[in-house]
Amino acid sequence: MDWVNAIVQGALVGGLYALFAAGLSLMFGVMRLVNIAHGDLIVLAAYLGLVVVNATGLGPFLSLIIVVPVMFVLGYILQRGLLNFTLGGDILPPLLVTFGLSIIIQNALLEGFSADDQKLQAGNFETASLHITDQLAIGWFPFAIFLTALAVIGLLEFMLYRTALGRAFRATSDDSDTARLYGVRNRHVYSMATALALAVISIAAIFLAVRVNFDPASGPARLLYAFEAVIIGGLGSLWGTLAGGVVLGVAQAIGAQLNPGWEQLAGHVAFLLVLIVRPRGLFPRLVDG
Amino acid sequence: MTALLATSGLTAFYGDFQALFSVDLTVEAGEAVAIIGANGAGKSTLLRTICGLLSAAPERIRYRGEAIGSLSPADIVTRGIALVPEGRKLFASLSVEENLLMGQQCGRKGPWHLERVYALFPMLRERRHQPATSLSGGQQQMAAIGRALMTNPDLLLCDEISLGLAPIVIRDVYAALPGIRAEGTTLVVVEQDIARALGVADRVYCLQEGRVTLEGRPATLTREQIKLAYFGV
Amino acid sequence: MKTTAVPLPTFRVERSTRTSWLGLVLAIAGVALLISLPWWGGEDDLRLVVEICYTLALAQLWNLLAGFAGLVSVGQQAFVGLGGYALFALTIIAKVPPIPAVALAGIVAAVLAVPTALIVFRLRGAYFAIGTWVMAELFSEIMGQLPDLGAGTGMSLPVAISRAVGATVYERETVLYYMGLVLGIGTVVLVFAWLRSRQGLALTAIRDSEIAAGSIGVNSARTKFAVYLLAALITGMVGALIYLENLRISPDAAFDVIDWTADIIFIVVIGGIGSIEGPFVGALVFFALRYFLADYGAWYMILLGAVAVIIMLLAPRGLWGLLSDRYDIHFFPVRRRVRLE
Ligand SMILES: Nc1ncnc2c1ncn2[C@@H]1O[C@H](COP(=O)(O)OP(=O)(O)OP(=O)(O)O)[C@@H](O)[C@H]1O
Ligand SMILES: [Mg+2]
Repeated sequence: MDWVNAIVQGALVGGLYALFAAGLSLMFGVMRLVNIAHGDLIVLAAYLGLVVVNATGLGPFLSLIIVVPVMFVLGYILQRGLLNFTLGGDILPPLLVTFGLSIIIQNALLEGFSADDQKLQAGNFETASLHITDQLAIGWFPFAIFLTALAVIGLLEFMLYRTALGRAFRATSDDSDTARLYGVRNRHVYSMATALALAVISIAAIFLAVRVNFDPASGPARLLYAFEAVIIGGLGSLWGTLAGGVVLGVAQAIGAQLNPGWEQLAGHVAFLLVLIVRPRGLFPRLVDG
Repeated sequence: MTALLATSGLTAFYGDFQALFSVDLTVEAGEAVAIIGANGAGKSTLLRTICGLLSAAPERIRYRGEAIGSLSPADIVTRGIALVPEGRKLFASLSVEENLLMGQQCGRKGPWHLERVYALFPMLRERRHQPATSLSGGQQQMAAIGRALMTNPDLLLCDEISLGLAPIVIRDVYAALPGIRAEGTTLVVVEQDIARALGVADRVYCLQEGRVTLEGRPATLTREQIKLAYFGV
Repeated sequence: MKTTAVPLPTFRVERSTRTSWLGLVLAIAGVALLISLPWWGGEDDLRLVVEICYTLALAQLWNLLAGFAGLVSVGQQAFVGLGGYALFALTIIAKVPPIPAVALAGIVAAVLAVPTALIVFRLRGAYFAIGTWVMAELFSEIMGQLPDLGAGTGMSLPVAISRAVGATVYERETVLYYMGLVLGIGTVVLVFAWLRSRQGLALTAIRDSEIAAGSIGVNSARTKFAVYLLAALITGMVGALIYLENLRISPDAAFDVIDWTADIIFIVVIGGIGSIEGPFVGALVFFALRYFLADYGAWYMILLGAVAVIIMLLAPRGLWGLLSDRYDIHFFPVRRRVRLE
C-alpha cells in the first residue's frame, strides 16, 4: 500500500513538473526558443513570492495576485528588450544569451538573498490529506497541484485553439513571414508568449516554494525537470507535457521508494528510456525543428 | 489626383543579388493591373517589396501619397494592401476557417467577413473545420484569396493564383475576381500566363530581369511587342 | 552575343599568413618561458599557469564542439567529472600509478561518451544542449551512489597516491605543472591540426551549412561523433589532472555546470567563437576580471554573464573577431584563402 500511495503522490506532483514545462513548451512552440534561464526564472518568481508574503502578510497563494502580473510584465519586457534580438536562424545566440541570463539571475539572487534556504509556509494545508481507505491517503496539497496543472493547461489549450492570440501563436509558429502579411506583429506575439510563460511559471514557483526549500541555485534542476517532461510528452503537445510530468513524478516516486537516494536518478533514467524507445516522445504533435 | 500605389526607382536585393532595378509602377484606384514576366523576372519580389517583406527606402513606394517603403508588413496590411502569396502559404496547423480568420488580425473593417467569403467560395464552407492542408489545390487557392479578403483590402495583390492548377480550376478561381472588384477593390495580378493576365487587366506591365520592359493597355499592345518585352527576343 | 575572352586572374591558395609566422615565433618564445617557470616561479605561479592551461584546454574543446561542429553542449562537466572520478577509481581501486591513470581516465571518459552521444545525438539544436546537461546530472547522481568513491559526500585521494606523483611538494607541483602544460599546449596544437586536416575542412563546411556540406559528401554525423569523442577524451584527462591536483572530489564539485561549462562558454563567447585565437583572448579577459574582481563574489559572475550576453548580441564573433576584422591578423589560420595576384 506504501507503493500505491507513493505512486499516486508522485503522479500528482507530476502536475508541478507539467507546470514548469508548460512555459518552456509554449515558448519553444511559438518561436523555437529554448530558454536556459527558465528554471532560474521559476526561482526568481519564488523569491518574488517570498518578498510579497513578507511585505504584505498575504498567504503564499494569495501572493499570486501580485506575482503573476509582475512576472507577466517582466516576461514581456525580457522578450521585447532582449530575447527578440537573439531570434533568427542561428541557435547559438538564444542559447548563449539565456545561459548568460541564467547565471546573472542566480548570482543576483545570491547577492540579494544570500545562499540560505527559503520556504513559503502554507500551514496545515501542506500536510493535510484525504483518507480514501485506511492505507491510501491523498494529500490535499499534491491534489491541489494536480488540479491547478489541469486547469492551467486547459486554459492554455483554450487560448491556443480558441482565441485570436492563440491563432497568431500557431500561425507564427508555422510561418512567421506569412503571418506578418496579415497583421501579426511578431515581436509583440513573441513577447506575449514569454509573458504568458512567465505567468504560468509564477504559479509553479509558489507551489514549489511551499513544497520544498529553495535557494538561488535551485533553478537548473527545475529547467531539467521541465525539459524532461516536454521531451517525454512529445514536442508541441501541452497535454503530452502533462503526461510527461506525471511520468517523471511517478518515476521519481518509484525511485525514492526503492532507495531514498534514487529519486533524481530514477527521473533521469525514465527520461532516457523514453528518449531511447520513443525519441519523439509519447504524444508528439510538432515536427522537431 | 495621386495614384493609389506608385513605386518610383524601386530596387530590391537578396543579399548582394539585385532583383529589381528602378521599377516605376502606378496603380490607380479601381483599376485591375496585370504584371507579367518569365520565371525569375522579379514579379514576386516586386509584390513582396510592396508588402514590406523586403525592405525599401521609404519614398520609393507611395500608397495614397504616403511613403510606405520602410513600414512593416503588419503596418502595410493595416493600411489596406493585402497579398495572396505565391504558393498560397496557408498555415498548415490551422483549420480552413482559422486561416480565414487570420485575415482579421490586422483589425480592418469592411465588407468582407466569414459569411461573405463562404458565399464567394461555397466549397470552403463545407470544409471549414478541416486542416488547410487537406484541401485540394484549387480550394487552397480560394482559401488563400479568402484570407487576404478578410483583411478588407483596398488593394489586393495576387501572385500567380493559377500556379499548379488545372485549367478548369483556374477558371473557377478567376471567376471570383469580378465579385471582388465589384466591392471597389483595386487588383494587381501577377501571372506567367499572358492570355489569362490580359483577359482580366485594364493595364499590363511586363518585367524582365528586374526591369519594366513594357507598359500599356492590352488592346493597344501587339503580340510582337509583348513577346519582345517578355522574352527579350 | 559577343564573347570576349576574359583572362583568368592568377591566384594562389594560401593557408599561412604573415602574422601566422609571427605567431609561431611568439608561441615558441612563450613556451620556452613557460618551460623554465619551475626554476624561477613560485608555487602559486605554477598553480595559476596550470589553471590557465586547463581552462584554455576546456575552452578550445568547447569551441571545437560549438564553434566548428555545431554541437552546442552545456554538459561538458560530465567528462570533467568522469575523468576525475576515473582517476580516483583507477588509482585507489585498480592501483594504477597516477600519471598513466590521467591518460586512462581520458579513455574512460571517451568510452562513456559513446552511449552518451548515441542518446543526445537524437536531440537537435537547443534540445541537444539541455540533453547533454541531463546526462551530466545523471553521471553525477550515479557517482553519488557509489560508496567506494565516497557516495554523495565525496572523498580524498590517499596520501600515498599523491606521493607517487612526487616525493616532495615541490616535485609534485612541478610534475603537475608539466602535465598541465602538456595538456594545455597539446590541446591547442591538436585542435589546430585537426582543423587543418581533411576532417577539419569538413567541420568548417558543416558549420557553414549543414545541408550543403551533406550534399558535397561530408558525412556530418560521423564527423560530429568523432569530434564529440575527441572532446570527451581530452576533457576527461583535464578532469583527472584537476582532481589529481585538488586531492578531493565530490559529485557536486566534479560535475559543476558553472565551473566546467558556464565559465568556459563565457570565455569562448567573449574571446570569439569559431576561431582558435578566441579562447586565448577570452581566457585572458576571464583571468584578468577574476584578478581584479575576486573580492566582489557574485557581482563578478553577474558582470561576466552580462559581458558575454552583450558580446553575443553586438559582436557575435567576439573580441578576436573585432580585432582580426580590423587588422586582418590570424595567428592560427585554419582556412585556405584564395589570394588574387
Ligand atoms: N529568397 C531569395 N534569395 C535569393 N534570391 C532570390 C530569392 N527569391 C528570389 N530570388 C531571385 O530573385 C529573382 C527574382 O525572383 P522572383 O521570385 O521575384 O521572380 P518571379 O518573377 O516571381 O518568378 P516566378 O515566375 O518563377 O515566380 C530570381 O533571379 C530569383 O532567383
Ligand atoms: Mg514569383
